Amino acid sequence: MAAVSMTVNGKVRKAQVEPRLLLVHFLREQLNLTGTHVGCDTSQCGACTVLIDGRSVKSCTVFAVQAEGATITTIEGLATNDALHPVQECFWEEHGLQCGFCTPGMIMSAVNLLADNPQPTEDQIREGISGNFCRCTGYQHIVNAIQHAASRSGSAASSSKR
Amino acid sequence: MPTSPVLPKLVGQRVKRREDPRLIQGRATFVDDVKIAGMLHIAFKRSDVAHGRIRSIDTSAAEAMEGVEAVFTGAQIADLLGPMPIATPFPSPAHRAVAVDTVRYVGEPVAVVVASDRYIARDAIDAITVDYETLPAVVDPELAMTGKPTVIHPEFPNNLAVPLVPSGTGVTLDGKVDDTAIDRAFKDADVIITQRMVNHRLVPNSIEARGVVAHYEPGKGSMTIWSSTQNPHILRTMIAAMTGLGQDQVRAIAPEVGGGFGAKINIYGEEYVAAAVSKHLGTAVKWIEDRSEAFLATTHGRDLIGYVELAAQRDGKVLGLKIRLIADVGAYNMLLTAAIPTLAMMMANANYDIPAIRTTLTEVFTNKTSTDAYRGAGRPEASYFIERAMDMLARELKMDPAEVRRKNFIAPNQFPYQTQMGAVYDSGDYEKAMDAALSAADWKGLQAERDAARAEGRLVGLGLSMYVEVCGIGPSSSLPTGGWEHAQVTIERDGRISATTGASPHGQGNETTFAQMLADEFGVPMEHITIHHGDTGIVKQGVGTFGSRSQAVGGTTLLMAGAKVKTKMARFAAEMLEASVADLVFENGTIAVKGAPTSAKKFADVAAFAYVPVPLPEGMEPGLSEEAFFEPTNNTYPFGCHISMLEIDRETGEPTLLKFVAVDDAGNLINPLIVEGQIHGGLAQGIGQAMIEEAVYDESGQLITGSLMDYALPRATDFPRFEVHSTVTPTPVNPLGAKGVGEAGTLGSTPCIVSAAVDALSEFGVTHIDMMLRPEKLWRIIHGGRA
Repeated sequence: MAAVSMTVNGKVRKAQVEPRLLLVHFLREQLNLTGTHVGCDTSQCGACTVLIDGRSVKSCTVFAVQAEGATITTIEGLATNDALHPVQECFWEEHGLQCGFCTPGMIMSAVNLLADNPQPTEDQIREGISGNFCRCTGYQHIVNAIQHAASRSGSAASSSKR
Repeated sequence: MPTSPVLPKLVGQRVKRREDPRLIQGRATFVDDVKIAGMLHIAFKRSDVAHGRIRSIDTSAAEAMEGVEAVFTGAQIADLLGPMPIATPFPSPAHRAVAVDTVRYVGEPVAVVVASDRYIARDAIDAITVDYETLPAVVDPELAMTGKPTVIHPEFPNNLAVPLVPSGTGVTLDGKVDDTAIDRAFKDADVIITQRMVNHRLVPNSIEARGVVAHYEPGKGSMTIWSSTQNPHILRTMIAAMTGLGQDQVRAIAPEVGGGFGAKINIYGEEYVAAAVSKHLGTAVKWIEDRSEAFLATTHGRDLIGYVELAAQRDGKVLGLKIRLIADVGAYNMLLTAAIPTLAMMMANANYDIPAIRTTLTEVFTNKTSTDAYRGAGRPEASYFIERAMDMLARELKMDPAEVRRKNFIAPNQFPYQTQMGAVYDSGDYEKAMDAALSAADWKGLQAERDAARAEGRLVGLGLSMYVEVCGIGPSSSLPTGGWEHAQVTIERDGRISATTGASPHGQGNETTFAQMLADEFGVPMEHITIHHGDTGIVKQGVGTFGSRSQAVGGTTLLMAGAKVKTKMARFAAEMLEASVADLVFENGTIAVKGAPTSAKKFADVAAFAYVPVPLPEGMEPGLSEEAFFEPTNNTYPFGCHISMLEIDRETGEPTLLKFVAVDDAGNLINPLIVEGQIHGGLAQGIGQAMIEEAVYDESGQLITGSLMDYALPRATDFPRFEVHSTVTPTPVNPLGAKGVGEAGTLGSTPCIVSAAVDALSEFGVTHIDMMLRPEKLWRIIHGGRA
C-alpha cells in the first residue's frame, strides 16, 4: 500500500491505496464521488474526465498515486454555492444530454476547452470534445451547449469591459 | 378567492428536461453507484476460442487467492439455474448462462468468480485455466448454411436456426405459396434490378455498459435486483422464474440507465447468475461489465444479408419486389433474437404501393455473439434494402430519385393501408414529407452545387431516401411480454401529483414529457408533479421502453389514469362548489365553475378535502389515486425523408458528409426539443453504420474490432450539423396522436448515405457499394486495377 494525499473539490484527502489503483476508482470507490464514470477500458470514451491542476485528464489513465499533491476537480465540485457552472447550465438549456452517462466527462472537457479557448469555432468545439464519446445525442446539442456557454462568457467579458 | 398566475400550456413546447440537474452535477445513481454493506464482486471467465469442447477447468489457484469467496464452473451454476429462456415461438438450442461442456463464441462465460473486491475478482479470473479441444468455427452465415465446416448445435442441421420462411403476396397464414402474382410482376417488367446487399453487424455500445447488483435477503426470502435494463418488469418476471421466487418476492430496479439502444431489452445470463449466486451465498453481489467484455457479451445488432430483386416499368412504376433474407443470429437465441429479422420482412413494403412482394427469411447460427434488438431492429435493414433498390432503379431509368418514389407512394387516401406483408399502416402523407425535404434541402440547388463541384473534378454525390417505421409497439398479439403499458396517477393530500409509469426511460426524457402532459391536464405547475419509474416496488406493473413505444403507449396510459382521477376529483370539487361536474374547469392551480372564476377552489384544497371528506359524498370512496392499463389496437407507422450530400476524396477515398437534412413525421410532438435530440441520436447511429462502424470477425471467430480502439464509434468530428424538420400526421391509434421517434433516425440514414456515395462515384460505373464506406473500398473503385 502507498500513502497518497491530494485536494479533491477543495478538501484535502489522504489515504492508503494499492499502487495499481486507478484514480477513477479512488474517486468513485474510496471518496464516493460517483459522478465520474467509467465507460471503457482503453481510455477512449472520456466519461472519467476530471480536472487535474486545471487540465482535463481521463482519470482512468492515471494511478491514484500519480495524483499525489494534485488539485482535482470532479463534476461534483463544479457548481459553487449551489449555483451551476455556466457549462452545466448550458448543457441543461440546450438539451446537451440524454442518458447523462457521458455528461460529467463531457462537461469537464468542455470546461477545459473554454478555459483554453473562450470563443471556439464549431470545428474547434467538435475537435475539443473528440476525446469524449456520446452515443445518444449525435453531439449537435452538446456543440450548441458549448457555443451557448462561450457566448455567455463572451458577453459577460464584453460587458465587464464597458 | 385565490389569485393564481396563468399557467402556459406545456404540451408542444420546448421544455427543458427535469432529469438534467442530477445528471449534470454527477448526482444521479447508475447501477455501479449502488453499494450494499457486505457486497461481493462477480467476474466472469470467458471463452477465448470461438468453438470448442471444455476438456477441463482448473480453478484451484483462483480459489486459493485471498479475498476470493467462491468460484463456480458452468456445471456448478447449472445446479443453481435452469436453461436460458427465450421469448419467441421459434425452436431454440439448449443454452446455459455459463457454458457446461461446449463453447460456441468468443466471450461465452465458462466460470464465475465471487470476490471481496473488483480487482481481486479480475486477478482470480486470470488465475483460472481452461483446456479446450478446439473445434472448427464458422463466421460466414452463407457458409454455415451448408453445414460446413461445422455444425454448432447438433439438433439444428446446416446451422439453420429458422429454415426458409416465406411471406408476402400469395403466401397464406398456413404457409401455402402461390407464385402466380409475383411471377407475373417479373414477367411484365421492363427492367429488373438485382443486387445482393449486406446490412452489416454492429456493436450497440451504450456508453454505460451493462451491470447488475443482486441482493437476496435470506431473512425475508426476497430479492432486490438493480440492473441497467430497459424493462425492469420483464426483468422481475424472468428473475422470479429463474430463481424459483414469486414475482411478489422480487423487486427489480432500473436506476439511472446510461443508454440502451435495444441491447438492454434482453435479460442476460449475467443477471440470472448474479441473482442465483446472491441467493446461494445469501449476500449482495455486483457485476459491472467492462467495455471489452461488452463487445463480446452484449448482443450485437443487424447482420442481415438481402438478395433484392425489383421489377418495374420503364416509367418507374414498381410491379414487384423479391427479397431473400439471410440473418446471422450468432451462436444462440436470446430473448428476442429470432424475432428481430421478421420485422425486416414485415416492413418490405416500405412507403410503396407494390402489387406483388415476396420475401423469404432464413436464420443461421454462427460462432459469433448473438444478435438481438439494436435501435430500429429489423426496420433499418428493410429500409436499407428497399431504398437502395429504389435508388438503383432511378439510376437505371435515369430518373430523379425523388420522382421514382413519387410514382410509387401509398397515397394519403389509401390509409389505413393493408400491406402485402400483413401490417396495417395507420396514417401517412409520404409526398408531403418528401416535398418538405426537397424544399428544406433545396434539392435543385444541391444538384446544381454537385454538378458545379464535379465540373471542378470533385467527387460529390447526393442521396435521398424515404422510410416508414413501426413504433408504439402493441397490442399483445405482437409482443410476448404483453403489448400494453400501465400507469397510476395519485393526487397527494397537499395537491401535488405522483405518477408512476411502466415505461422505464434511459435517456428519453419521460419525466419531462409525462409531467408536461399532466400539468396541462390538471392545470397545475409542472414542478408539482413527480414521475416515478424503473422500480417494480413503486410501479406496480409495466412492460418497458423499446420499439419507440414509451410516449405513444406509456404516455397514453398515463393520460388515461390521469383522466380517471380527474373525474373523481371533479366530483369532490363539485360537492365543495355546489356545482355540476360538467361545469368545472381545471386551470392555474384551481378548480372553478366555468365563467365564474371567483368561485375557484384551490387545487390543493380540493385534494385535502378528498382525503378528509366530511361529509363523504354519497356513493364515493375517499382518496384520489387511479390506475390504467392501455393496449393500442395497432402499431404506429412514422415516416420521413432524408437527404444527404457527400464528397469522396479522389486521392485517399475518404468520404466526408457535407450535408444532412431530415424531415421526420412522428405525429403530434409533446416536446420538440426532446424529439430533435432523439432524431439527432438516431441519425448519428445510422450515419455511423454507413460510414465507419463495423463489427469484424476473423475466420477463427475472433472479434477483431473488440474495443473502442478498434471499433469506430462516431466522434463529434464525424458529423456536420444536421438540419432537422418535421411534418405532422397524427395517428388515430392513440388519443395523443403521437407515433414515436426514438429509432427513426437509423432508418433513412443508411441508404441515404450509400446512395450519395454511389452518386459521387457514378463516373466509375458503380451501382451499389456495401456499407460501411471504408476509404480503401472507395479508393479501389476510383483507382480500379491500380489497387
